[in-house]
Amino acid sequence: MASPIIELDSVDKTFESRAGATEALRAVSLTIDAGEFVSVIGPSGCGKSTLLRIVGDLVEPSAGVVRVKGKSSQQARLDRDYGIVFQMPVLYDWRTVLENVQLPLELAGRPRLERQQRPHALLRLVGLDEFAAHYPWQLSGGMQQRVSIARALALNPSILLMDEPFGALDEMTRERLNQELLQICAETAATVLFVTHSIAEAVFLSSRIVVMSPRPGSIERVVPVDLPRPRVDKTRAHPRFFELVTTVRQSLREDRRQ
Amino acid sequence: MVVVAIAVIWEAGKALFALPSYQLPHLHEIVADFLREGAGGERWLWIMAQNAGYTALESIVGFTLGGVAGLALAIGFAHSRWLERGLLPYVVASQTVPILAIAPMVVVWLGTSWFSKAVIAAYLTFFPVTVNMSRGLRAVDPDALALMRALAASSQQIFFKLRFPAALPYLFTAMRISATASVIGAIVGELPVGSRFGMGVVIINAAQYYNWRPANLWAAILVSAVIGILFYHAVAAAERRVVSWSRTAPAV
Repeated sequence: MASPIIELDSVDKTFESRAGATEALRAVSLTIDAGEFVSVIGPSGCGKSTLLRIVGDLVEPSAGVVRVKGKSSQQARLDRDYGIVFQMPVLYDWRTVLENVQLPLELAGRPRLERQQRPHALLRLVGLDEFAAHYPWQLSGGMQQRVSIARALALNPSILLMDEPFGALDEMTRERLNQELLQICAETAATVLFVTHSIAEAVFLSSRIVVMSPRPGSIERVVPVDLPRPRVDKTRAHPRFFELVTTVRQSLREDRRQ
Repeated sequence: MVVVAIAVIWEAGKALFALPSYQLPHLHEIVADFLREGAGGERWLWIMAQNAGYTALESIVGFTLGGVAGLALAIGFAHSRWLERGLLPYVVASQTVPILAIAPMVVVWLGTSWFSKAVIAAYLTFFPVTVNMSRGLRAVDPDALALMRALAASSQQIFFKLRFPAALPYLFTAMRISATASVIGAIVGELPVGSRFGMGVVIINAAQYYNWRPANLWAAILVSAVIGILFYHAVAAAERRVVSWSRTAPAV
């Protein structure tokens, strides 16, 4: 039934600098099916952000093959198949909230009517339509990140790349946004590649969790998450939730011993 | 408040050190000088206003020319390290040559018309714009660029929708400096022999008759300063309108 949307085959990445070569990723192979929510978790500096950027064609792999929807990752980028969210909201200060969400539509040269209506629909989706005319600095960190999620969804991308999007937020905001993200994903049917360093967040959100080893990053283990959906606040108290958190934590510990 | 304080310090200093008027005139003497009639029967207030207007016009044209040239250089530098390496040393060298030495040459080349003064004003204006703006165009958040790339933006779109607006605060900082510098440039341009109008000419004449009528030079200095201050505030007002989204803009 499920068809692969992202395929990584023996991807290596080595960064060259004056200080010498740093091997960031070694022999990473991973296949993600359409509609999956895959989290990548690992210790700091394990190359999980690099992995996400290789999928998004923001960083070139040193070796290996990346295929996205059967195309090269570059073609997928040029076809605007990606929506991207960073750890920082990366909103443009000189644009209002509405204009920030409009940006991808402008860049893609979408018709005027769509440019005017779609941002409002997206802001309603993230619950911020009443702040459309505000400037980013007038919003809290959590609200800014919701704007950046709305912006990522503007072109209805088939793949959402999220690089620790809630890493800079407090725990309560993070849990609320986790919940909202799942609702948004259910509505948009996007495939999500999600980088995080929070085990609980990964378990709560994902259909699969990719655990990475320390540098050079390679895939240590893939943990399927069989928690029932829809996932709600009660999910966090589910016995299976704790089992999975423990499993992921142990996988991370195993890396450290090696 | 500040004006009153300066006036008090001024007069107190004059009294304390027993400075004669040819060293430091009374403030009322300076004010009176504006009301005095000049050789042509016109009051000095009007003479000063005409010359100030002339100088202001030169400054505005020079500021515009210099700003456009500075911006063009900055965009060139931001796009090409090679161009920057080749040209920047000469741009820096151009600013180490005293403007007083260059002004007479420009007047010789371009004549004593207002345009040669505007060119000299432009010469002082372009440098802060080039230096600040080439920095501003480069100081873009790497993630903001990654976002543009992920959205398959063209290089034109990246420039007009990201680099240029992100650099606007740098541009306005440069223009604040340039605004006052352009007035200096215009006045310096008016100093060489052959010029007939402008605050530079008023200053030269007043300096020649200084022993006889010191208040005249002080009045000319005051008017020149007012031109620069007005100009600075015009730029600051434009900045408040254009960069209203910025949180780091100075209060004045």
